[in-house]
Amino acid sequence: MELLVASAIGVLTAGGVYLLTRMRTFPVILGISLLTYAVNVFLFASGRLTVGAPPILTDGVEVYADPLPQALVLTAIVISFGMTAVVVMIALGAYLGSDDDHVDDPDPAPDSGPDSAPDSASDDMLGEDRT
Amino acid sequence: MSLFLVVALPFLGALLPGLMNSAGRQACAGITFTVTLAALIGLLTNAPAVFAGELVTARVLWLPDLGLNVTLMLDGLGFFFACLILGIGLLIIAYGRHYLARKDNMGEFFTYLLLFQGAMVGIVLSDNILLLLIFWELTSLSSFLLIGYWKHLPEGRQGARMALTVTGMGGLAMIGGMLILGQIVGSYDLSVILQNRDLIQADPLYVPALILILLGCFTKSAQFPFHFWLPHAMAAPTPVSAYLHSATMVKAGIFLMARMWPVLSGTPEWFVLVTGAGLITMVLGAVIALFKHDLKALLAFSTVSHLGLITMLLGTGTAFGAMAAIFHILNHATFKCALFMSAGIIDHETHTRDIRRLGGLRHLMPITFTIATLAALSMAGIPLLNGFLSKEMMLEEANKTVFFDNPWLVPALATFGSLFSAAYCFRLIGHVFLGPQRDDYPAKPHDPGPGLWLPPALLMIPVVVIGIAPFVAEPFVKLVTASVLGDAAEVPPNYFKIWHGLVPALYMSIVAVVGGLLLLLTFNPALRLWDATPRPEAKTIFDAIIAACVRAAQKLTHGLHNGAFSRYALISVITIVAVCWHAWSTGTEAPATRTPLPIGPVELVGWLALVAATLGLVALHRNRLLALILMGLVGLVVSIGFVYFSAPDLAMTQITVEVVTIILLLLALNFLPNRTPIESTFLRRFRDGSVAVVAGIGAAVFSYHLLLRDAVLPAISEFHLANSYKGGGGTNVVNVILVDFRGFDTYGEIIVLGIAALLIYALTETLLGGPVRARLLNRTPDQPRAGDMHPMMMVVLTRVIMPVVMMVGFYIFLRGHNEPGGGFIAGLVVSIGVVMQYMASGFSWASARLRYPYHGVIGAGVLIAGLTGIGSWFVGKPFMTTDFTYVRIPPFQEFELATALAFDLGVFLSVVGAVMLSLESFSRLARRVHDEASEHPMDIDPSRDAPPAPAAPHPQGGR
Repeated sequence: MELLVASAIGVLTAGGVYLLTRMRTFPVILGISLLTYAVNVFLFASGRLTVGAPPILTDGVEVYADPLPQALVLTAIVISFGMTAVVVMIALGAYLGSDDDHVDDPDPAPDSGPDSAPDSASDDMLGEDRT
Repeated sequence: MSLFLVVALPFLGALLPGLMNSAGRQACAGITFTVTLAALIGLLTNAPAVFAGELVTARVLWLPDLGLNVTLMLDGLGFFFACLILGIGLLIIAYGRHYLARKDNMGEFFTYLLLFQGAMVGIVLSDNILLLLIFWELTSLSSFLLIGYWKHLPEGRQGARMALTVTGMGGLAMIGGMLILGQIVGSYDLSVILQNRDLIQADPLYVPALILILLGCFTKSAQFPFHFWLPHAMAAPTPVSAYLHSATMVKAGIFLMARMWPVLSGTPEWFVLVTGAGLITMVLGAVIALFKHDLKALLAFSTVSHLGLITMLLGTGTAFGAMAAIFHILNHATFKCALFMSAGIIDHETHTRDIRRLGGLRHLMPITFTIATLAALSMAGIPLLNGFLSKEMMLEEANKTVFFDNPWLVPALATFGSLFSAAYCFRLIGHVFLGPQRDDYPAKPHDPGPGLWLPPALLMIPVVVIGIAPFVAEPFVKLVTASVLGDAAEVPPNYFKIWHGLVPALYMSIVAVVGGLLLLLTFNPALRLWDATPRPEAKTIFDAIIAACVRAAQKLTHGLHNGAFSRYALISVITIVAVCWHAWSTGTEAPATRTPLPIGPVELVGWLALVAATLGLVALHRNRLLALILMGLVGLVVSIGFVYFSAPDLAMTQITVEVVTIILLLLALNFLPNRTPIESTFLRRFRDGSVAVVAGIGAAVFSYHLLLRDAVLPAISEFHLANSYKGGGGTNVVNVILVDFRGFDTYGEIIVLGIAALLIYALTETLLGGPVRARLLNRTPDQPRAGDMHPMMMVVLTRVIMPVVMMVGFYIFLRGHNEPGGGFIAGLVVSIGVVMQYMASGFSWASARLRYPYHGVIGAGVLIAGLTGIGSWFVGKPFMTTDFTYVRIPPFQEFELATALAFDLGVFLSVVGAVMLSLESFSRLARRVHDEASEHPMDIDPSRDAPPAPAAPHPQGGR
């Protein structure tokens, strides 16, 4: 069983990473979601796998699943919804504003040229009082 | 008055000029004057104690663990400087009131001035060197604002930037030096440091500390090779120049050298560095000053020269040198401030500062002529004026100083510098005031009103009085000198007098004055020679250095951060994998301690579904809708997995979150293209795929190893399991952890969630308020719209099911403490119920029935959770301590009441509010203005069958 869970984490991670490196916003968002699944399952599994022993205190039951990772993952799931929503909103805003849903800047900044020192260099030499 | 108040008054007062701005210029200047006067009077109330030789202190512990305390002390030296700062400050404020033009913002000016004044007073009264450093940096910042006050002038901006760069860098160096000093002594209090001369000078770190501290002093006091910023700072309004360069900013470095004199001076390193820099600066400044045509530039370089003189005197390390330095600080402050003010008057009245365009002003501006001539003669070192006395002392000290085993070097250079100094003073008088009257002044010159000439005239009183009766200043200067020397040396017994007999210093003085006059007579040939001499322009070098730094920084930044997100992601992943590989290959591996659980056919099917969905998602991700469905499948399997592995709470959360996430992504997909085109090359996809596979294998192997081994340390979960019921009153340990054990975490999480939702709302507002709105309104959907926008079956079903959903949510909420459920899950369930209404009946219909704005719901949730936590304060417990009890209200069974329930209610409301606000914001993008709320479930779109139908009326009509 551990093998299945571990390999599932691996498959989710691989899919997430691959989509994360795509060039459009939507696949990247899907990639982040897949990575979120992978991370959540991994965190949950760090409490080790237990079958049939939910952490609901019951008389006469001694073995329970580790509740702490569960509590942490629970909030993580909800927060990840919030984060996904923000990222989607940003992606949407960028697309609606520029009609372009590429993730990368269209034109990687050119290697520093003379025009790239906007303030100090080009602000003219008026301060000189040489005669 | 307490020293705290003396330091705090200018800072507090800095709030006032801005407020008084609308009350007029007089009120604005008046309040500034009053504040400064109050601080000065407060300082003077401490004078009796200072003159009695006591050390006035004020002390408040601030960060004692770091050695940073607000400790102030007032001794002779601090008193002297504080008097200069506040006293000359008063004159400057009066002068500035009349100097600034009507269009200049006076409130802003005086605010900066008071900030600067407070920082300066802070420097000279600090007992703690860390506190001193804070004030030191504050002077750099506030002087930046003052120098750049005329923002419209490029010279002003550049000069301010240069001053900030140079003094700021020096300040950074000084921080290092001061920290070393504090480490050597073991205390950051000056009063302690000053007692440890031998300890400091014997330390191997003495030289680095000395160099770093001197870097700070030299940059601040414009010593060679950092002298170049000061003339460029002349772009400031003249009151600022007069203030910064006579009594304050540039004297801060001198002050610190004097302050540190007892512990740092007297070593060969100190002597060579300080005297050397001072000598070079003195000679260089004097020579350049002579050939400057701008009146203020001439004065600026003369300031540089005089600062060099004072530095040199401090560098000699003798008590007499220190006394001469103190005396000259006093004299220089008086005549130089008056000269700057006179230059300002000339500029103000004739509209030019170019000496070549001036001349013959003595009859046109007799008052200014008198003041400027007295001050300039004093600067030249003419007897019966105060400058003569300290210059004589300097020459006498120079005469005794042996530099590099050469007894002639220092006296010769000092005389040479004095000669040029006399020459530029005579030039100032001769070329500006004497000579024939001209008829081509840019403006008709005349003496200004008393508001401008009175402040410099007042400064002439000490110039003349001290010059004629030096014994007046003697006790005070000796008192200050005593506090500079500390225990290191005795105050020299020399008397201050005009006539010392035929001593070498007198001959040197005569040589300087006569030589200066001769030099002025041959000024024109000398100027031609000067102009023909090639010399480096400091500003060009400075700009080149800055430009090189900017280029290097840009190269680095653009190289690392080129805007390609996919590249960052790839680099991050590769780095993480590499680090993990390193850890793996160098670590040790413990044997497996857990026996694997058996794999049944059902589990295998679940696994297959997950893997197939994930792989399908990756393979088919270009079809975005399909990808979304597959992602829903992945989420579903994950939730089932949670159920299987004993995590019912997680499963419920996951599945509800899955629903809202998919709805959210669908809403977004409504606007985005529904296909992802193939853009990357095969090679690139292969590269990304390989990295992804390696990362996946890494994650799998790591997880597998983890899962087969028990934790090395006992898990803290045992505590939670044991105390969940006893301490938290709940049997659902996960929920008790959320609302009780780790309640503070949860509190933070709901706040984050709320902020995320508000951020989405704000972004939507921004989009809808901008040009995107027009584009949204004119958007033609890329797919045909559904005929019946609100299908009847769905409308009916969702409305019927709504109360049931609410009840389920309520139930899940209430039972959460003991059974799977709780605020998070209930919130999500209720959100889904509400979202269904939006989906089925339309945005307008649903929002028309919305009674509470979602912002308010989020706020109420956070507030309730917070108040529940605060409630425990009232029973004397720490924040978020929970309590519970069992109550029985007939006819119900006994049930539990826990404060955690109120907290969970806060969680519930925050989740509902956040989820709904996010989704609502997204749907608002899609909403058309003319959308009307439909009352009826069967609002069939009539244009479906006859697309070109011209504005057919709605069958059922709106409202």
